[in-house]
Amino acid sequence: MERHFVQEFEALKTQLLQMGGRAESIIGKAIEALKRRDPALAKIVIEDDRAIDRLEIEIEERCVELLALQQPLASDLRFITASMKISNDLERVGDHGVNIAGSAIKLSAEPELKPLVDIPRMATLAAGMLREALDTFVRRDADRARQLVKRDDEVDALNRQLFRELISYMIEDPRSITRAMELVLVARNLERVADLATNIAEEVVFIAEARIIKHHAEQGAEGQRLGVPTPAREDDFGRT
Amino acid sequence: MTLEVPRTMPPKPEIPRPAQIGSLAPPVVPPPAAPAAAPAAGIEAGPAKVAVETREFSLYYGARHALKSVNLDLPEGTVTAIIGPSGCGKSTLLRSFNRMNDLIPGVRVEGRVRISDLDVFSPSTDVVELRRRVGMVFQRPNPFPKSIFENVAFGLRMLGLRDAAELEWRVEQSLLQAALWSEVRDRLGTSALSLSGGQQQRLCIARCLAVEPEVVLMDEPASALDPTATARIEELVLQLKSRYTLIVVTHNMQQAARISDRTAFMLEGALVEVDETRKLFTSPSQRLTEDYITGRFG
Repeated sequence: MERHFVQEFEALKTQLLQMGGRAESIIGKAIEALKRRDPALAKIVIEDDRAIDRLEIEIEERCVELLALQQPLASDLRFITASMKISNDLERVGDHGVNIAGSAIKLSAEPELKPLVDIPRMATLAAGMLREALDTFVRRDADRARQLVKRDDEVDALNRQLFRELISYMIEDPRSITRAMELVLVARNLERVADLATNIAEEVVFIAEARIIKHHAEQGAEGQRLGVPTPAREDDFGRT
Repeated sequence: MTLEVPRTMPPKPEIPRPAQIGSLAPPVVPPPAAPAAAPAAGIEAGPAKVAVETREFSLYYGARHALKSVNLDLPEGTVTAIIGPSGCGKSTLLRSFNRMNDLIPGVRVEGRVRISDLDVFSPSTDVVELRRRVGMVFQRPNPFPKSIFENVAFGLRMLGLRDAAELEWRVEQSLLQAALWSEVRDRLGTSALSLSGGQQQRLCIARCLAVEPEVVLMDEPASALDPTATARIEELVLQLKSRYTLIVVTHNMQQAARISDRTAFMLEGALVEVDETRKLFTSPSQRLTEDYITGRFG
């Protein structure tokens, strides 16, 4: 006998996936707007973000209602609380998309500083991680979710590399500072999107296994993230 | 005067159900030998009508003021839960809707109760007909010591129905609606007392539905049942609301939250708050309600 509330949970899941799809799409459009130097496309991103904000509110209300009316337990309870956090993460992805779109508008008004290579790469990685995170959510696949968490390092490394490259541009030519800073911000926003994707993956592990792996809680005794070599990063003071 | 059970029912609408309780999909079987159909009263679409209404309704057990000026409007096709601590008057209120309180000596009422077009306490009201239109299911299943078939057919026979084929059809439809048909279809002649508690309760629901009520009253319908049987009754309530107006008294707040559209909270004979269930359980308007549902008292 299928219980009534099962449908309610399915509806919540569907809404979250919708939200995820929109968040992915926002990042894609924002990067397109940046590459094509297209302020009109950038403005669409800002509109699209409003829909995401509304979805977050709806999902939050729905989760509170489900907690009150259905008294979920065990994995159902973890699913509801994790869904609230995931919707919050997705809403912030939308915000980062808006930030990128804002930079795209500013940069489109100035001559191109350099051909964009690393930023589109970062964007592809971050968007891929987001899609993968949502996939693991649908399948409640904790193993794939853990794998995903490790991919964050690649995005962080690209971010630092780009930062150093842009610094050298700025040193060489102070007239490039405004544009270079915008690109630093874009990279920073993409790095945050990748972080948010790992947050979602961590929530998926919580739903599937009731284990909280945030803040490197699963690190080995030496403080290394298991299975991943930790590059020496004294110069970065542990920033990601 | 016995009420004529209409012989020309319009085909029953398929009860929308997301999943099947039991293994069989209920076939909508047309009634046998139907002459020209007469339109049945009260089954029309439109804005939600108020099915049950109380106005300044008070009840006294002798000197004891058991219900205090209760004002309630319950829309058609909804489930309303009545919650509150022991002795708050919820069962008394429920029993007022079908005048079961008449059976208690020394009961006096003031104010008004209406079920659709009917003034419940008017001296001209036919109480037997009232109790057909407003059915009741009790806390402890109370099937008659008869066969399963006869339990459901009894009310129909009392109303004058004799045609065997039509009796069979109506018994089947009632058992289908009560999600019991698939379990008992091959043993309709066996004693109702051989059923499990949960099955007996569903039989009592079928018995109640057989005479085509508009309102179904349930007084703690699942509190004598185990969790699985309780879950089935809850699912059944959710399915029935498309065709009936249900009022469920329950001491189990979580159950009220799960199954009802509206919830009424009563305390010491007074109605403290009534609202959409989703609102009452997430942000009640009254402090007393909040204290009760959060377990601060009661």
